[in-house]
Amino acid sequence: MDAVINAATNREAIQVAERVHWVGALDPQLRTFDLILQTANGTTYNAYLLRGSEGVAVIDTVKEEFADEFFTRLESVADYSEIKVIVLNHLEPDHTGALPTLLQRAPQAQVYISYKAPKMLKALLKDEQTLQFNPVNTGDEISLGDRTLRFIHTPYLHWPDTQCAYLPEDYILFSGDVFGCHFCDTRLFNDLCGDFRFSFEYYYAHIMRPFRKYVLEALQHIEPLELEIIAPSHGPILRDRPNSYVQRFRELATSKLPIEQGSDKTLLIFYLSSYGNTAKMAQAVCSGAETVANVRVSLYDLAGGEVEPFVNLVEEADGIALGSPTINGDATKPIWDLLSSMVMIETQGKLGAAFGSYGWSGEAVDMLESRLRGLKFKVPVPGFRVKLIPTEEELQQCHDFGVQLGKVLTGKTTHKVIDFEDLV
Amino acid sequence: MAKAELTFKDINKTVTVSTGERVIDVSEKEGSGIVYGCKEGDCGTCIMDVLEGWENLSQPSVVEDKILRENAAGRHQRLACQAQVLGGKVVVKPA
Repeated sequence: MDAVINAATNREAIQVAERVHWVGALDPQLRTFDLILQTANGTTYNAYLLRGSEGVAVIDTVKEEFADEFFTRLESVADYSEIKVIVLNHLEPDHTGALPTLLQRAPQAQVYISYKAPKMLKALLKDEQTLQFNPVNTGDEISLGDRTLRFIHTPYLHWPDTQCAYLPEDYILFSGDVFGCHFCDTRLFNDLCGDFRFSFEYYYAHIMRPFRKYVLEALQHIEPLELEIIAPSHGPILRDRPNSYVQRFRELATSKLPIEQGSDKTLLIFYLSSYGNTAKMAQAVCSGAETVANVRVSLYDLAGGEVEPFVNLVEEADGIALGSPTINGDATKPIWDLLSSMVMIETQGKLGAAFGSYGWSGEAVDMLESRLRGLKFKVPVPGFRVKLIPTEEELQQCHDFGVQLGKVLTGKTTHKVIDFEDLV
Repeated sequence: MAKAELTFKDINKTVTVSTGERVIDVSEKEGSGIVYGCKEGDCGTCIMDVLEGWENLSQPSVVEDKILRENAAGRHQRLACQAQVLGGKVVVKPA
């Protein structure tokens, strides 16, 4: 392995493999990325240059403010007239910021993007009306003579357009944001740089985890590849044990909690209660759902736990029911905290429901239902509200509400006919 | 106004709707598992399976056809945000 690598000493390209150079940029001062991600170590915008016998490919660019660094590195190993191909694995501006200038300098280059990307590219480069591009999909290849780039569409890792490009002659995967992290280390390679395990996992948790289903689909394409190097678009280049990072993705995308319920459907009931009324309702909902065979119900008082473990539970569950009183015309903050953290996980298609006791106006249930729909839960059982202290009859209705939830989860509902006008 | 019947197989509910209603608008209110993104026929998130009554939905536009092709949609799949119920009976479920 290389004795000393320091990408900060000059702005020359750094060799990754015989025909591949890193021509990216360092951003050590960055502390917040995309508003939602923190980084204690800045980041890198990794771009690569691949030289084949019949031309040069540039794979991704950098954030616009770092374009000078990118071009200087690129010019140290290639002439613009040699560039035959520009591959954009992901159109987010931190990877496409230098594209307009690159296209001016290498107008002969053909741009290759995912077949899902054209509309985004047009929106990014609104002034470049004449831009030509080639949409590609999994299995498509481009030849640079003795080198080939083979594309793997990896949708939602983490945009619809994201793709990887595999170089089979050298076993290198240009993986875009997949296997990336925000960690700026001038030594560039994973066997040389500092401990970035936390950054790798943090990046996965915030960027990839909401798309767990798609991560697993992408891994089916990536795991069979012979890999010597993974060259992501952020963070260290993974040339030491690259497969271990693929394996780690598999672990991270696999169920976090032991599956003990077998084929049972799981319903989690979260509630908050100031005077015990919503708590009574929650217990009644729970008792109702429990009567449905093959439903495993869990009841949690949100006042007694932190958000993150609850979010982990929701990720594995088939459905949730949220109970909140209405206070000052709103649902209570811990419920909103839980809901606002659910963007971290996949919630699409899970069952959602809301209930609660109220004093004056009772807006909380409608608000929670709206948010659940916004998170792509299905909300087929109308929410249930009780004014102040629930009567025995109302508790029975809560019980029935729980039964309905259990039946929806297990597909045991009886066919119901309604008029749309009653819903509007 | 003329009426039609729209059934969501995943939640076992049939909704009587006025003709011209978009499937996604009914689905959202009724709580079916058909999810959506842009609601403008652009993102392809709301692809659904049409189990019955294909002929009772509005014809797909050129733009919808393109999105369906890009998403490798099956022969009886439509965008719930574009398909309007024109009459008769239609049965759908999330793709």
